[in-house]
Amino acid sequence: MSTNPFHVPPPPSEETVKSPPSNRKSAWTRVNEVRRYLVNHMVTFLAVLSTVLVIVPLVAILIYLIYMGASSLNLAFFTKIPAPVGETGGGMANAMVGSGIVLALASSMGIPVGIAAGVYLAEFGRGKLLAGAVRFTADVLNGVPSIVMGIAIYSLVVLQQHHFSAFAGGVALAIMMVPTIARTTEEMLATVPHSIREAALGLGVPKWRAVISVTLKTASPGIITGCMLAFARVAGETAPLLFTAFGNQFWSFKLTEPIAALPLQIYVYAVSPYDEWHRLAWAGSLVLIVMIMVAVTLVRIYASRGVLKGAS
Amino acid sequence: MGVSISVEHLNAWYGTTHTLQDINVNLPANHATALIGPSGCGKSTFVRCLNRMHETNPIARATGVVKMGDIDIYKDAQPVQIRRRVGMVFQRPNPFPTMSIYDNVASGLKLNGFRNRAVLDETVERSLKSAALWEEVKDDLKKKSGASLSGGQQQRMCIARALAVDPEVLLMDEPASALDPVSTSKIEDLIFQLKSQYTIVIVTHNMQQAARVAENTGFFLNGKMVEFDSTHKIFTNPKDKRTEDYITGRFG
Repeated sequence: MSTNPFHVPPPPSEETVKSPPSNRKSAWTRVNEVRRYLVNHMVTFLAVLSTVLVIVPLVAILIYLIYMGASSLNLAFFTKIPAPVGETGGGMANAMVGSGIVLALASSMGIPVGIAAGVYLAEFGRGKLLAGAVRFTADVLNGVPSIVMGIAIYSLVVLQQHHFSAFAGGVALAIMMVPTIARTTEEMLATVPHSIREAALGLGVPKWRAVISVTLKTASPGIITGCMLAFARVAGETAPLLFTAFGNQFWSFKLTEPIAALPLQIYVYAVSPYDEWHRLAWAGSLVLIVMIMVAVTLVRIYASRGVLKGAS
Repeated sequence: MGVSISVEHLNAWYGTTHTLQDINVNLPANHATALIGPSGCGKSTFVRCLNRMHETNPIARATGVVKMGDIDIYKDAQPVQIRRRVGMVFQRPNPFPTMSIYDNVASGLKLNGFRNRAVLDETVERSLKSAALWEEVKDDLKKKSGASLSGGQQQRMCIARALAVDPEVLLMDEPASALDPVSTSKIEDLIFQLKSQYTIVIVTHNMQQAARVAENTGFFLNGKMVEFDSTHKIFTNPKDKRTEDYITGRFG
């Protein structure tokens, strides 16, 4: 044994270096290969299975809705207001328009506030106490049951105005949208590489302008998805509208009056004792889900237009 | 035209780390200055102090005098104004991914509210020509995203973007370190041409690159500027033992 610390052991003899011929694999190598093959296919199978499990409920619901509701869909359903008790026919035209009005109102309030809050959290409030408070509030708000939101807006808006109104419904839904949008916006902005912000600042662009034209724009696909998720979620909400928009059996276009909404109408019809109304409730549900799908798809198509070749 | 930069008693911190310690140096106008030194020695911080990018990090702080011509950039001006006069090219190409090649180059003007189409068109063409990229991209200026170009092209586009706001100084923080040799030599040729119009400061780990493009070279070590002299002198006859050790590859 050499005491020299720089002693290099002699190269191994040729026999030990020689690798075994490739056509003579050991038994263990073959077992390992089979194992790898099996594990690979099993994991792939599990991933596909999970995907199917996610899609199945949606497809099942859709098929069942079509089965139960499609037969009640006719021109009257889309053009007429609900028929009085005892009369057949009638439709949900006022509820569809009402839902549209309340959702437009909610989006026009909830989306700007949500995005602005998200921008504050990601771009201006890093490490600040207020940002922590906002983040915590948003997360808690996200978990508040929707019926509680309805009661809160009832006491904050309806009791002050002394009447139910489309406006109160819009406010309730807007507040439900804000936390989801704020948190998604924050997360999407956080994925924008720091180097892109620096590029903008390095050109002498003021920070507010860099945030709007560069950071927000880069993160916009994710932010739009977040807004759509929030929209789709509140579009089907019934509870917050019970004490705010209240519902209406007739046409109403005024924001200060009670207004019909599809989820409310479905609720009223579904708990009624009449078979005719039950069928209309099924039809209403089908229309609601299709409306949400169409709205989300349209926004996606619109948002993906004008994307350049090679843009990530 | 370029402008000379004089730095007096510049100190910079990241949190409690004293990253730059009492830097004093004069960078002559219309020359290229190379900054060399081992990683973490403060070269990048120094460059970022010259256009007040250093202070965009909330825990960063800088003191001292940096004069650009007659203007003390820390006293007499807003950071935004300074950054329009001092262009910056970063280590990795950082195109705006949502913008076309045209919009990327025009972004400095557009985002500052400049809208005149004719002038924008002319500026984009002139900047891309200065950055030796015009011929390669002139046919899909508005069709292709800036992010669809190759790495070397992206970096030249970023140089064009910096040139489009008509700066007097161009700061380059290892502009070729992420590029292949062909792109690197294109960037070096570019620096060679650009220094007749701009004052260029280039950070590099590549000694040959420093020797090829720069008249003057500064050697940084542990936050101090150990030596600043003509590139020829630094590489053939450095005054300081540490400079000699570094350029001969004995450490770093």
